[in-house]
Amino acid sequence: MSAAFVRRDYSLVGPEAEKAAEAGLVSAKWYSPPISRAELKALMRRDDQPAIRDTLIWFAALIASGGLGYVFWGSWAAVPFFLIYGVLYGSASDSRWHECGHRTAFKTKWMNDAVYQIACFMILREPEIWRWSHTRHHTDTIIVGRDPEIIQPRPPDLMAMALSVFALKQGAAAFRKLVIHAGGRLTDEEMTFVPESERGKVYRVARIWVAVFAVVIAACVATRSILPAMFVGLPTFYGGWLTYYFGITQHLGLAEDVTDHRLNSRTIYMNPIFRFIYWNMNYHVEHHLFPLIPYHALPKLHQAIRADCPPPYPSTIAAYREIIPAIARQLSDPTYFVRRELPQNARLAPSGAAAVARA
Amino acid sequence: MSETWIDAGGADRISPDDVAPFEHDGRQYAIYRTADGRYFATDGVCTHEYAELADGYVEGTIIECPMHNGRFDFTTGEAKGAPACVNLETFPVKVEGGRILLKVA
Repeated sequence: MSAAFVRRDYSLVGPEAEKAAEAGLVSAKWYSPPISRAELKALMRRDDQPAIRDTLIWFAALIASGGLGYVFWGSWAAVPFFLIYGVLYGSASDSRWHECGHRTAFKTKWMNDAVYQIACFMILREPEIWRWSHTRHHTDTIIVGRDPEIIQPRPPDLMAMALSVFALKQGAAAFRKLVIHAGGRLTDEEMTFVPESERGKVYRVARIWVAVFAVVIAACVATRSILPAMFVGLPTFYGGWLTYYFGITQHLGLAEDVTDHRLNSRTIYMNPIFRFIYWNMNYHVEHHLFPLIPYHALPKLHQAIRADCPPPYPSTIAAYREIIPAIARQLSDPTYFVRRELPQNARLAPSGAAAVARA
Repeated sequence: MSETWIDAGGADRISPDDVAPFEHDGRQYAIYRTADGRYFATDGVCTHEYAELADGYVEGTIIECPMHNGRFDFTTGEAKGAPACVNLETFPVKVEGGRILLKVA
C-alpha cells in the first residue's frame, strides 16, 4: 500500500463529511440524461398489476418451499426447500424493501407500505432508519462521508465481506441497533439523517420487532427445536447470500465522489429468475438517474437512454470479472477504481469539476 | 406588501395531469394542471432537499418529488409523508385568455 495513502473516514460524522461539503458534493446537481417529458411521464406511470402478480408469486413460493421444508424437516430432503425459502426470504426481500421504500412498486400507497414493512422485517432493516438512510444514498450516492450505504471502503475489508455473505456483519449491527432503538435512542450517525419528527416511529417498530423475536425464541425453547427460527429470523442469514452477490455489483470498484451515476453505478443484464428476485435493480444506473420510475418500467428506460450511458455488463459474471481484480488491486492501491467510459457523444455532468473522479 | 399577477405562459404548455416549471425573479415555481383542467401552483423546490418538483410525477392532486419520492398535495401544499415533512408554499393561479397567471408576493 502506498506510504502516502491516508485511510479515509467513511463515517457520516467524521472529517470527510465536511470535505464533501467544501468540494460541493453535498446535495449537488447530478447528471440527467436527455429524455422528453412525455416519455418520462409514460415511464413514471404507476400500476398495481405487475407488483400484485409478483408479490402473489413470491408469497406462494415462500409458502410452498417453507411447507415442503416443514414436511421433510429432519431429513436431507428438507435442505433444498429451505435453500429456496431462505433466498426468497433473505434475498428477495431486499428488492421489495427497496422498491416499496421508494413507493413505486405499486400504485396504491398502502400496498407499498404493507410490503415495505414485511420486507424490512425479513431483511432486518428497520423501516424508518432505512427509509432515511436510502434517501441520503440517493442524494449523495457514493460520496464519502455522506452516503451511509457504501458497501465497502477503500481498501476493502475482506473479513467484513466474508461475514456479509451470510449477513453476519449486517445482522450483528442490526440487532445491536435494534436494542438501542427499542430503548428509545438513535446512534450519532442516525441522528444526522433521521429527522426528530420521525424518531418516535423508529422506537415503536423496534419494540415490536424485539417482541416478535422474543416469541420466536420462546417457540424454539418450547419445542426444543430451531424449526421456528428456520422460518422467521434465521432465513435473513442463511438466505442472504444472493442479495449480497447482487449488491456488490451495484457500485463496488467504481468511482467515489462523482456527480454522475453512469460513473459510479453498474447496469447488468440478468436472467429472468434473477430479475424476479432482484425486481430489475440490475438496471441500477437507470434507477439512480430516475428513482421515480417503477421497477417494471426500467427495461424500457434502459432502451430510451442507453445511447448516453456506458455499455451494460452482459452478466453478473462479467461484472465480477471487473470487480474481483478491482478489489484485489485496491488492497495494495486504495486510490484505484474502475473508470467507466462514456459514449463519445454522451452529455457530461453539469458540474464539471465535481464530476471528475477523485484519484 | 404588494401582490402581482405574473404571466406564467400559455395554459396549454402544461398537459393534463402534469406539472411544468416557472421561474420569476430568481425563484422557482411548479405549476400543475389536473386531469379536469384546474391549475395550481407551489414552490418549485422540494422542502426536503433540493430537487425541482417540475421533474416529478403527478398522480391526481399529488406531486411526487423526483429525487426521494416525497409526496405533497399540490392543491394545499400539504406534505403527505416521509421524506417530505414540511408543507410546500402554494400560490394563487388563474387562467385568462389562454394565459396562466400566477399571484406572487
